[in-house]
Amino acid sequence: MHSDRASFGLRAAALGGLLFLHLPILIIFLYAFTTEEKSYAFPPPGLTTEWFAVAWNRADIWPPLYLSLWVATISTLLAMILGTLVSAAMAQTRFFGREQISLLILLPIALPGVITGMSLRSAFSIMDIPFSTLTIILGHATFCIVIVYNNAVARFRRLSGGILEASADLGANSFQTFRHVFLPNLGSALLAGGMLAFALSFDEVIVTTFTAGQQSTLPIWMLQELVRPRQRPVTNVVAIVVFMATFLPILIAYYLTRNGSETAGAGK
Amino acid sequence: MSFAVEFQAVSRHFGPANAPVKAVDGVDLTVPEGAFFAMLGPSGSGKTTCLRLISGFEKPTAGSIRIFGQDVSDIPPNRRNVNTVFQDYALFPHMTVRDNVAYGLMVKGVDRRLRAGKAEEMLALVKLEGYGDRKPSQLSGGQRQRVALARALVNEPRVLLLDEPLGALDLKLREAMQDELKALQARLGITFVFVTHDQGEALSMADSLAVFNNGKIAQIGTPAEVYAKPRTRFVADFVGSSNVLAPEVTRAFGGPDRWSSLRPEALRLTAPDGVALSGTVTAHRYLGAGSRVSVAVNGTEVSALVPAGHGLPATGSTVGLAFDPAALHVMEGEG
Repeated sequence: MHSDRASFGLRAAALGGLLFLHLPILIIFLYAFTTEEKSYAFPPPGLTTEWFAVAWNRADIWPPLYLSLWVATISTLLAMILGTLVSAAMAQTRFFGREQISLLILLPIALPGVITGMSLRSAFSIMDIPFSTLTIILGHATFCIVIVYNNAVARFRRLSGGILEASADLGANSFQTFRHVFLPNLGSALLAGGMLAFALSFDEVIVTTFTAGQQSTLPIWMLQELVRPRQRPVTNVVAIVVFMATFLPILIAYYLTRNGSETAGAGK
Repeated sequence: MSFAVEFQAVSRHFGPANAPVKAVDGVDLTVPEGAFFAMLGPSGSGKTTCLRLISGFEKPTAGSIRIFGQDVSDIPPNRRNVNTVFQDYALFPHMTVRDNVAYGLMVKGVDRRLRAGKAEEMLALVKLEGYGDRKPSQLSGGQRQRVALARALVNEPRVLLLDEPLGALDLKLREAMQDELKALQARLGITFVFVTHDQGEALSMADSLAVFNNGKIAQIGTPAEVYAKPRTRFVADFVGSSNVLAPEVTRAFGGPDRWSSLRPEALRLTAPDGVALSGTVTAHRYLGAGSRVSVAVNGTEVSALVPAGHGLPATGSTVGLAFDPAALHVMEGEG
């Protein structure tokens, strides 16, 4: 007989899987409050909030944080412009080789980061571009474009036809249609794509390692910091900040696209 | 007499020039000003393409289109004084009902307060007062249909195009909207061009109608003309499921050696003795207001409509058939 309730074994396994995935994150948060600074002893011998103040006053945290924010912001903006243009072309026109090009656009996200990193590194060397903030941004933009493209192209497909024609029928010129109908409907998809791209860029390590010069982004700073047994909980404080900076945009992006699909489909 | 819309040998072909898909093929038609004009046909017959040629979303491959005497070949959709009620309504999902209705005025640069007032007026016209602040997603299908109508009327078009506007509504609502549309058209005096595949809708609403088949107009005329005197077998069959009689059957029914049509309601069932025509009842179909009785006459099946309350002959029994000879309509066209 079919039962709507899963068996005990299945439920236990699901719970176990979820705990395995998420408990370590909670432990990372817990260690931000530990009084033991040299090693991660469990359970923590005592709890304190002093590491937040220490982290705040550590001068070496700020440059990587600023760099990460800067890189994420610029590569996201770049991706939003290029990704939107590409998705508009893909959704609204048909041309020879369209499917192949669409595959090429998606490739950077399917490709392992090491491959992307290696190829970019050698390309930058050949072109004599010194490794700098610019090369990190270019590296990040390769996968950020895909994220924006994926979000925008789905919305474009739904938008084409119907309401754009209605707008022209009511007397709007192309610019007015773009501004009053197109952009408001594409807006939430773009914002969602942008936030996902920002989150991905903010904690990217592999491509960054290959394309960075002397400077470190926040994730790379964290990696270096873990090796040194000094003020370890500071790294955990930073981890909480990184978690907030990446998780919140993803959460918001999720809600944006969810509502977007509801309203965009409502005309049917 | 001036014409709202005039097609001269208009064709719209798609695909390669050596093997084109002839969506519209050499159509001539005129829609008188102030008319309620229906374009009727099965799907793929070219009626919707004709509508899009008027709105400007399609350009003719050949021929010319005039709207109130003006050649519109080079005029884009946004500069034609024509508005459309789209099949799926195509309301702007991100705008309130009021902003949807006022959209045409907004893009013209009409002052905000003025256009809000005008939008309210239009909503009252379609009996949706007080719905201005809602989003389209919060409305029922019938209400969305009215918003689409109000939105198309706000620009005071000289021609209103309606693309199967009632297709998505249930029967009861559809009938109510048919009456309302008809009344609205009479009140506003605007030319309506109405596309439908529902022959009942076309017959009951239109002043004149064009029946489309394979990209061509099979017949154009008033509903009564088209119904009573179908020009071709296709029209006879499509507009009200008539009995289409082959030349030899027409002769057996006392007509000339030509294709003809005979409406089911013109056929009466009588006793089998002493009549010229008789046949065997093969099936009944209950229609509510009456029953459609199929009778095989010398191998040809014809239908007779028996009003409710009359006795129905049993399947397999022999019946006589009688009709007014004037009801037998001999068709000019073959197709």
